[in-house]
This record gives sequence, structure tokens and C-alpha cells, in this order.
Amino acid sequence: MTAGLGVDVAGLTRRFGAGRPALHGVDLAVRQGEFVALLGPSGSGKTTLLRILAGLEFPDAGRVRVGGRDMAGVPARARGVGFVFQHYALFRHMTVFENVAFGLRVRPRARRPAEAEIARRVRDLLALVQVPELERRYPEQISGGQRQRVALARALAIEPPLLLLDEPFGALDAQVRKDLRLWLRGLHDRLGITTLFVTHDQDEAMAIADRIALLRDGRVVQFDAPEALFEHPADAFVAGFLGDSNRLPCVVAGGLACFAPLPLPGMATSLPDGPALAFVRPGALLAAPGEGAVVQGVRHDGRALHLVVAAGGRMLEAAPAPGWDAPRRGDACALSIAEARFFAAQQ
Amino acid sequence: MTGWRPRSALPGFGLSLGVTLLWLSAIVLLPLAALALRPWELGVASAWESVTQPRVLAALRLSFGAALAAAALDVPLGLLIAWVLVRYRFPGRRLADAMVDLPFALPTAVAGVALTALYAPNGWVGEPLGASLGWRIAFTPWGVLIALVFVGLPFVVRTVEPVLRDLPAEAEEAAATLGATRAQALRRVVLPALAPALLTGFGLAFARAVGEYGSVIFIAGNLPMLTEIAPLLIVIRLEEFDYAGAAAVGLAMLVLAFGVLLAVNAAQRRLRPWARA
Amino acid sequence: MARRLALLAALLVLAVLFLLPLVAVFAEALRRGWDVALAAIAEPDALAAISLTLLVAAIAVPVNLLGGVAAAWCIAKFDFPGKRLLVTLVELPFAVSPVISGLVWVLLFGAHGWLGPWLQAHGLRIVFALPGLVLATVFVTFPFVARTLIPLMQDQGREEEEAAATLGAGGLQTFFRVTLPNIRWALLSGVLLCNARAMGEFGAVSVVSGHVRGQTNTMPLHVEILYNEYQFAGAFAVAALLALLALVTLGAKALLERLAGRQAGAAG
Repeated sequence: MTAGLGVDVAGLTRRFGAGRPALHGVDLAVRQGEFVALLGPSGSGKTTLLRILAGLEFPDAGRVRVGGRDMAGVPARARGVGFVFQHYALFRHMTVFENVAFGLRVRPRARRPAEAEIARRVRDLLALVQVPELERRYPEQISGGQRQRVALARALAIEPPLLLLDEPFGALDAQVRKDLRLWLRGLHDRLGITTLFVTHDQDEAMAIADRIALLRDGRVVQFDAPEALFEHPADAFVAGFLGDSNRLPCVVAGGLACFAPLPLPGMATSLPDGPALAFVRPGALLAAPGEGAVVQGVRHDGRALHLVVAAGGRMLEAAPAPGWDAPRRGDACALSIAEARFFAAQQ
Repeated sequence: MTGWRPRSALPGFGLSLGVTLLWLSAIVLLPLAALALRPWELGVASAWESVTQPRVLAALRLSFGAALAAAALDVPLGLLIAWVLVRYRFPGRRLADAMVDLPFALPTAVAGVALTALYAPNGWVGEPLGASLGWRIAFTPWGVLIALVFVGLPFVVRTVEPVLRDLPAEAEEAAATLGATRAQALRRVVLPALAPALLTGFGLAFARAVGEYGSVIFIAGNLPMLTEIAPLLIVIRLEEFDYAGAAAVGLAMLVLAFGVLLAVNAAQRRLRPWARA
Repeated sequence: MARRLALLAALLVLAVLFLLPLVAVFAEALRRGWDVALAAIAEPDALAAISLTLLVAAIAVPVNLLGGVAAAWCIAKFDFPGKRLLVTLVELPFAVSPVISGLVWVLLFGAHGWLGPWLQAHGLRIVFALPGLVLATVFVTFPFVARTLIPLMQDQGREEEEAAATLGAGGLQTFFRVTLPNIRWALLSGVLLCNARAMGEFGAVSVVSGHVRGQTNTMPLHVEILYNEYQFAGAFAVAALLALLALVTLGAKALLERLAGRQAGAAG
């Protein structure tokens, strides 16, 4: 396969009617051959961004370059970008074989391969996506995971320099989903096509992407490797969206964060005075026998104990402090914070 | 210049909209404009006079009265047929289902002569009714009513059917578990859910019936002031080369019909509080 | 018990209101034997009416097929201001009396119509001639195709066409290879209904025809003339032919719906 081409997006804005724009000045530079996740809550603009890259949607402002070529005015059918739709959009009246062959058969005669060559390429692709036995079936006769593979083969048939996938695993069961995402990552490593995929599932993005672009309200909030996002979140939104931290409101005064009415000791922070948010991972919120909180639930996942404690009218996720071996539901306890990340509260 | 135009990756918007607008303007809008403008050429007073003559008023009264009555009769009959088609399984159901569309497919003139043959004083149905009960149907307003019930019935069946099919059986079952009797479940759960569709069917049946011509003129007898329908009066005016008068009656029919349909729409909104934004 | 009663009542309504008239048409047509019925159809005026009816339908149906597909395409696949108004206008002819559908053409092109004097000066005839019959028929059958296609195409969405675009297909390729196969049964069913109405239309063509036997008489008008001349056998023979057309249309429509249902059921 050809070497992938990078994507360069600058100042992309798209507005649907009145109200908040779907995209608001998005900048994104994807290196060639990279595997990038567009992650964000629903309504954050990630699918719109993907559709603009494919030429299915049009920006009000900004520029898109694929492999250095400006895409303004290039219609979808001339872009040669591979697109896998969320619900696959397989042609329901065509067999799997005909679906995959479509992109080759609609080429102008001069560039259209001979029918024997088309057949060979289709069979290669079906073998590549590991469903060679399905070629005579119709889309409604195969499973969701199989449809996903066929949709991918169809998109790859036109040898795209860029592959776009919209929620590629969204419609699948949990187990199929996990298998398929690892398989897709492996396929990417073999083909090396620059790939962008949209997801709202952070585990999925963390598991397979080289880099993750986190979107919120039509902006890219942070674009970084998974570990970097986790270790150095740019703001409270990123910190809150990733991981399942406890979000604790507090007030900073003179370098000390105070959590009242929660029964927690104050903590030193470098934030200026004012309201703030502390993100505390469950493993960093420690419960020991004492007063102030009550254990509401105890769960053992095979490696460690997880607690749910009630404190100050809230439910928090915590871990037993070292030495407290057998916390039980109803036990009174005291809480302390081993580690927290502070952000000034947004107005 | 392309500001209002949707940008889309799909081709052919300009072409298809252009063809549609051309087709629509030439075939529908231009002719209807003639209808809207012609009545006034002899002055407003004369247009008013041509629709308020006793003969015209009688015809309009018959057309609208019979159409409203027929649509009202179509509602229970249509509900009954839709109910049976959706809820029951019986031999010949598919045939019965196809039969419902007969008035859509049967040319109106054929329906007209057939109904007349049946209900005329010497017809299969007309003769026994006349002999035993002294009823006359053909060549009286009752004949008009029967023809209009015939043409309007499929509209009610076909609008209620899909709603009835989508009505979850759970709603009735839930009513039963809450202690409702069968009749209560029907009256309080099923009928309110069907009411908007029934009303839509009523509106469609009325709209069709009020302008109906072919199936009515044979059975009506066409006696001025008694069994003469408004569309026939238009034909008569045209034969007298009174274009303005014909257009005036036509326009009056359209305006009155739209008035009724607007009322149906308004009632529709009241019936569907959940659809109100 | 109540179930039985409801079923019986429904079947009774269908039988009396729908089946009985149908039976009456065929019974009346054959009352004086097959020979008389066939002779009435083979008579020159009847044959002229049949061929005129076929000709009118052969022009009106393709016109509305083209317009209907265009309207369905722009309404179902695009969003634009004024779309709802357009949908209403496309359905407008269904709300208009057939007589008015004929009347409007007379107002435009009749002897005292807007363009009547001009047409007369140039020796052209529209009303009381074939063009008038065609125009009235096109008006009456205008919404059939668009109305069958719009809900289906809206339901099917745009994704398959978008997928075809990303795979490099052009406009015509997309329409003929992707869209058309998905709507073929509905399209055929819309065309059938359009055709049935075109061949059976009475009120509108009656107004624009002028009833010249052998020249501007379509089959339904021929039924009327014979009936008014008390030639009942002939009237019912031609009527029976039209009823047969209706039955074939209904049968074909039911078949198409099953085919389309199988397609949709398989997809769902």
C-alpha cells in the first residue's frame, strides 16, 4: 500500500443554523501514518470534523490539507478518502463482493481495472479483513462485526491515502468491540494508512490510538499521546473526562485548599485564591477507621478493595488505607487525600 | 448567490429542484392562478352574485353536507375494517386488504354506473328496498351519500391502519393489569391514541368526497336544487361559456374546502397535546 | 362472540360497498352474453376511445414519473428553505376536485380563456383536443409518484449515497446504481397507481374533452356517452374492461408491496 499522507487542519469553523457552532476554530496536524482518535462527548463536533475531512460536510471558514493538497472545492468523490460510516452504509441491494468492488467499478473507463483484476483485488481485501467466505452474501445476512469488516474493505478498495472511521465500534457488542479494535490497530500497523477515528469511549481511544484529540464544544482541548493526556491534563474538563476521578469542589485561600463541608483535611496548592476543583482518583482517596464518613459499599475486583463512602452528603469512591484489611459496610471511617490535581473553577 | 442553497456532497440538487419547480409551476400553479383570478373579471359584485344564486347555494350545501356526512360515516366503518385487518387473522384477509384500495383504482365513472345499477329502483339493491320499505336511494341525496361513502372509505382505513399496527399491545395489557375492563381499555387507551389518525382520515375522505364527480353524477339524478352537486354546476356553467361563473363556483369550493381542512387541522392539534411544542 | 361480530360486520361492509358494485359491473356487461359485450368493445368508437386512453396515459405517466422522481430526490435528500411548502404544493392536486382540475385548463386555453384567442389565431387547439386531455390528466395524477417515493427515500437517508460519493461515484452512477435499486418497487407501485388513475380519470377529462366521439373520447367518457344513450350493455362492457384494469393494478400493487416488504424486512 502507498505511504499515508498527513492531515493539516487550520481554523476550521462550521455552524448549523443559529446557536453554538459545531466546530469553532479547530486546528489539528496529524502526521502521516499516524493512528488518531477524535474523542469527546456527544455534540462536541467530532463527527462534523470527520465529515468535513471526507468532503461530506463543508466548513464555513478554515482550511483542510491532506498530503499538502488544499481540499477546498474538491468534491467528496474526487478526494479518494476512505470513509467508514457509523452504521456502515453498505449498499443493501448488493452482495458483499459488489459492495467492495463498487469503488473500482465506478471509475472512469481509462482508470478502471479489468473485471478479473477487480475480482482479484476484492478477494485480497476480503481475505485481509478475514471474511473471504462472505462474498456472495448480502449485508443483511451477516453480523454487525462482519459488516464492519466489509465496510472497511470497501473503503480500502480505492487505496485511500487517508482512512476515516465514524464510531467504528459503536454498534457492536462489548466483546466483539474489544476484539475488533485490537485487530484494527494491527491492520493499521501493517498498512500504515493515516487513520482518524471518532469515538466517545475513552478506553477505546486510550487502548489503540497513537494520539488522541480531545474535543469539547467544537474545539480541540488537547491533542496528545494517551499517557500525556492522563498525566498532564490541560484543564479540568480533560481531567474530568478521562479516568473516573472524584470531583471535589474546594476553596483556595493563601495556598491552602479547603474542602468544607466535606470532612477532608486541607491541602497545599499553587493555585491563586478562589473557588477550585480537585480531581482525586479513587486510589488516592484513602479511608481509615475513624470519624466523618461511612462505608456504603465494598467491592473486590480480584486485585484490590474498592470502597464507596458517604461523606458530607455525597458518595465518593475511595480505597482502604494500608493496614485496614477488612472494611465492612456501615463502618465509620476518616478520609485523607494522598494526591490531587487542582484546577481553578471555571466561571 | 449560493447562500440559500444547501451545500451537500450529493449531486443533482439544482437539477432536481429546477425540474420540480418547472413541472409544478406549469402543471399546477399557473392553472390554479387562472382559477384564482378569473372570477373577478366581471367585478366583485358579479362574482359574489354568481356564487350566491339559490341554485349554486343548494349545490354547495349538498356537496359539503353530503361530503361531511359521508366522511363522518367513513370514520366508524373505516375503523372497523382497519381493526379487523390489523388484529384478526382470517382466510381471505389479504384479499380483503387489497379490496380496500378498490375506490383508489376503480375509475370513478365505472363506480358511478355500477352503484347506479345497484341502487336504481329496478336494481339489485334498489328494487327490494323500494318494494319492502318504500325507500328510494338512487336519484335522491341518499344516492349521493352512498357514492361519497364509497370513495372516502379507503382514506380512513389506510390512515388508521399503520397507527393501529404500531399501537403496542402492552398499552391495552397495562390497562387490564390496572383493572380496566375491555371497554374501558378501548375507550380510554385505544381510541385516544387513534383519534388523530381518525381525524386525518376524516379530513382526507372529506376532501376527496367534496370534489367527487364521476361516481356521483350517475346516481344523483342531477335535479337542480335537489340532487345537483357543485362540481356538476361548474360543468354546466362551462357549457354556457360562463367562464367567470364557473371559476367563481370552483374558487368558492376550494376556499370552503380549505376552511374545513384548517378546522380539522386545528382540532388535530388539540387532540395531540404531546405533539405540541 | 364480539370478535366474530366485528369480523362479520367488517366483511359485510366490504362486500356490500366494494364487492357488490364490482360484481354488478361484470354481471351487467355479460347480461346479454359474451358476444354482445365483445362486440361493444370491438366497435370502432370504442376502439378509438381505448387507443386514445392508452395514448394519453403513455404521455402523462412518463411526465409525472420524471417530475415525481426529481421532486422526491430534492425533497428527500436535501434540506432547503421552503421545503415544507414544496411538499404541500406537490400534494395540492389531490385536494382539488377533478372538475376543477379540468376547469383550470379551460380557463387558460379555452375559447374564452386567457390564451384562447391567441391559440385560435395561430390555428392551435389545446382544449377539446389531445393536449388538453393530457394536461388535465397530468394535473390529476401529478402527486402519485412523488408521494410514494418521498417517505421511503427520507427513511433510507443519505448515507448510502454519501458512501458512493466517497468511493468516487458520480451523480448518475450514484442514482442508477445505489438509489434506484433501493426504491424500485415503490417507484413501480407509484407508476401503477398513476397509470390506473390516468386511464380512469373522468371528471377532469370530461371538462376538457368536448366529447367528440372517435376523436376526444377516452374510455371513461365513452362509458358515460353509451350509458346516457341507454346502451347499457355497451357501457358496462367498456366499464368492465376498466374494472379489469383496476383489478390488475390492485393485484400488482399487492404483489409489489410484498416484494418491497421482503426487501425492507430483510434489511431490518
